[in-house]
Amino acid sequence: MARAATLEDVGSNAEDIVAHLDAHERKSMLRFITCGSVDDGKSTLIGRLLYDTKLLYDDQIATLEADSRRMGTQGEKIDFALLVDGLAAEREQGITIDVAYRFFSTERRKFIVADTPGHEQYTRNMATGASTADVAVILVDARQGILTQTRRHSFICQLVGIRRIVLAVNKMDLVGYARERFDAIEADYRRFAEGLGFESIVAIPISALEGDNITTRSTRMQWHNGSALLPYLETVKLDEAKADAPFRLPVQWVNRPNLDFRGFSGTIASGVIRPGDEIVVAPSGKRSRVKSIETMDGPLDAAATGKAVTLTLVDEIDISRGDLICGGASPAEQTDQFAAHVVWMAEDGMLPGRQYILKTDNTSVSGTVTDLKYKINVNTLERQPAKTLDLNEVGVCNFSLAKPVAFDPYKENHRTGSFILIDRLSNATVAAGMIDFSLRRAQNVHWQSLDVDKKVRATAKHQRQCVLWFTGLSGSGKSTIANLVEKRLADMGRHTYILDGDNVRHGLNKDLGFTDADRVENIRRVAETAKLMADAGLICLVSFISPFASERRMARELLEDGEFIEIHVATPLAVCEKRDVKGLYAKARRGEIKNFTGIDSDYEAPAAPEIRVDTTTRSAEDAAADIVRFLEEGGYLGL
Amino acid sequence: MTTNDSARLDDLIGRAERLADASGLSLSTVSRKLFNDGKGLARLKAGGQCTVKTLAAATERLDALEREMAPARAQAPKRTETMSASIDSGASRAATDPLTMTHLDRLEAEAIHIMREVAAEAANPVMLYSVGKDSSVMLHLALKAFYPSKPPFPLLHVDTTWKFREMIEFRDRIARERGLKMLVHINDEGVRMGVGPFTHGSALHTDIMKTQALKQALDAGKFDVAFGGARRDEEKSRAKERVLSFRAEGHRWDPKNQRPELWSIYNARISKGQTIRAFPLSNWTELDIWQYIHREKIEIPSLYFAAPRPVVERDGVLIMVDDERMPLGANEKPLKEMVRFRTLGCYPLTGGVRSTATTLPEIIKETLLTKTSERQGRVIDHDQAASMEKKKQEGYF
Repeated sequence: MARAATLEDVGSNAEDIVAHLDAHERKSMLRFITCGSVDDGKSTLIGRLLYDTKLLYDDQIATLEADSRRMGTQGEKIDFALLVDGLAAEREQGITIDVAYRFFSTERRKFIVADTPGHEQYTRNMATGASTADVAVILVDARQGILTQTRRHSFICQLVGIRRIVLAVNKMDLVGYARERFDAIEADYRRFAEGLGFESIVAIPISALEGDNITTRSTRMQWHNGSALLPYLETVKLDEAKADAPFRLPVQWVNRPNLDFRGFSGTIASGVIRPGDEIVVAPSGKRSRVKSIETMDGPLDAAATGKAVTLTLVDEIDISRGDLICGGASPAEQTDQFAAHVVWMAEDGMLPGRQYILKTDNTSVSGTVTDLKYKINVNTLERQPAKTLDLNEVGVCNFSLAKPVAFDPYKENHRTGSFILIDRLSNATVAAGMIDFSLRRAQNVHWQSLDVDKKVRATAKHQRQCVLWFTGLSGSGKSTIANLVEKRLADMGRHTYILDGDNVRHGLNKDLGFTDADRVENIRRVAETAKLMADAGLICLVSFISPFASERRMARELLEDGEFIEIHVATPLAVCEKRDVKGLYAKARRGEIKNFTGIDSDYEAPAAPEIRVDTTTRSAEDAAADIVRFLEEGGYLGL
Repeated sequence: MTTNDSARLDDLIGRAERLADASGLSLSTVSRKLFNDGKGLARLKAGGQCTVKTLAAATERLDALEREMAPARAQAPKRTETMSASIDSGASRAATDPLTMTHLDRLEAEAIHIMREVAAEAANPVMLYSVGKDSSVMLHLALKAFYPSKPPFPLLHVDTTWKFREMIEFRDRIARERGLKMLVHINDEGVRMGVGPFTHGSALHTDIMKTQALKQALDAGKFDVAFGGARRDEEKSRAKERVLSFRAEGHRWDPKNQRPELWSIYNARISKGQTIRAFPLSNWTELDIWQYIHREKIEIPSLYFAAPRPVVERDGVLIMVDDERMPLGANEKPLKEMVRFRTLGCYPLTGGVRSTATTLPEIIKETLLTKTSERQGRVIDHDQAASMEKKKQEGYF
């Protein structure tokens, strides 16, 4: 089992070594966490595993032996705890999150152990270490039996979804390897853990210090029929990919080396995918089929849970980072409100109502806790009413998000059901969350791709959407003509809306002044709003001086071809100033208004407007009639 | 629906259940295949109705499905639960079974996930490249992560001007062949001061030409994230290092502001002045690195392989005479010995080991059987007690 021992048997024959390597390369990997406080012998157990699997080098063993004599607690024997307890400096560092990862391997498996020392921060550290663990080894001192902390460890394991528990009853050497003691502790534990719903609980009597039932079955406990600890860890079944689990690929990165390739990169959270499989994208609801699974080693026939892949699709559909590609028959739920279990990890308590950044496997969204339903006492598992969650507390909360996210309940999929909360100011990770269920039941009925587009909306109104953009000097007659056009269109039963200074400056843009930057922003917002109106299928009339060609071009480019109709109300400056309906020209001439278009600020007349109106030769009524005729002839109205 | 139809319905349900049993597919999967509805079969079993036309279509699909599954079952009569769902011909060998992830597969996927996540969130990332085996693995993973695109970040090599000559040649060739942008930074001030390991000692040389140089390069490039090839198994003090390690202004490691890392969710948001060191190989061991190099046939500098090289023995360490700058004592005469290097760095600070391993399997065998830890050959580690710890605080890794 120890890797070095067997390799020594391998001859120097290169083929033998290669064969041996091939076997090693096909090992599986198990991640586990050890739970227990210092007194339970956790460090001794990990040190023992490292030592017995021959992971240590001679120089490290020499150091260990010297340290054991100098600082150890085991007399002349090796103090394995020194291997993992670390340097004095390390303890003094005051690392806030204290999870150490250790590695060892045997012939069959590579192991990653999450080791979470420390009593104070226990819940936070343990939740962190347990989040990636396949199995938890819960240590119990045979002299003490099941304690409050055993219950706490078990609860946290259950909370983060560990389904396989090893109850390691340690220090059997100190109770004379007594079977009765072990049996009583096991029975106690099983009674307690019944309600936690673990898939399996395996109890093993051990002595980490003496090496009993660690790598091989102990001769001192012949009464124990089960396997020793390490053989169990080597053979315990992993949660392997299930072929019929719903396919989930959180998209991390859109891969676009050139115009001919568009791939979607991410790590498969569950299920299997093959070329030809139908997929549906959350949140857009768009559907397509997988064209290929690309890797540097060539395209794959299939890929499953845990694999980092790049998919290409048959259709060109819009997918970006943060989206979730799902199997066609099993789209994920989407919600902007859900209930979740939360472990609070920051010194500053949780504040319901405060905005946090919620980060999932591949996307971030702004969210708030709308309701803290209760907190859970990790020692007694009692539910208690609470107004806030403090460091290391666990609670159940309702969340509200700024936009919907696609998810699965945590118990079904850890990868698509988990999230962290990030403080907006410090950027610290302040909590870990596990989604229970959506609070919007109605949305569980699956959405379809939004086939209702602007064409459908416009057709329902018997028109073609467009934006009539009136530009011209102050007093040129823009608003007068626009109002007349709208009245005529309304008479014809068309659906319209006017955007002008009056209804925009008082609401949407009331925060903007008249600096250059604000003027540009003013027009940008108006253009974006007009675009939304067009998307709604409306005929939108915009009446703004909009003196600069660049802003009008920007508006034109926001819209599709044929949607932007520029109308230059080309009344000469002299005529406008003579009319001076609002007395503004007079004020500008007196210098009371700065940057007045036509006086001390330029008006850039459109070079090629769709329509030019000359109000010196045509009345406003006639001009409006001309514009409506233009729309009729252009096919905007006759549908 | 007639009695006859109802019997046909019962027959269909029975056959579907048997198929599910035999194939290992769940009933809802079979149901989806038959009715395009995962709950269809369950509804029918509970007394639900369907049209005759739907029944006929489902029966037809079931016929096809049974035919499809038959040969697979014949070939692999004792499929395990996890294997069973793969319904292709079953001829593929275990390693290519898409459902089975070996430990190297899992480590590879994890590293790629980290790289993609960081590249997507960072404003201006860079990958530190040291020419060594870990850098070679990290670069290989980066090429895989973004294939067919090139990695969306440049590589950065901090050249102390005392690296093995072969390392520089290897670096330039790899960058050229792979079409990668390789930034090289040298601390010009250190060069002007004539800093070197022989004249200034290993500690000062490393500080000025490596640690300070790295900070200069990161500041000059305004990089917010730097990928590094460090592993948790290298050093006891690294066991608690995060995958994303946050550095305060001046690149100081700030133990109080490290963040918990749960699942595969990485918080890469940074405040002004903060930077990140990202370690995608955190969970790899030295053995994993070698096995991966073997499996993926990754090219590494030949310094890792034993060859006759001119060396002198100093304080029990074999130092290779790589150029004329090496001062030789009166009694020192370079001898050709079969040596290789377990780590690569500045040649005066990197001890070779006597070895006959000229192939990768031989190196791996030596590595597996070796009795001394990897860093023993590094002269800098012996300099000060807990030296790695201190160097990390100062911004070196």
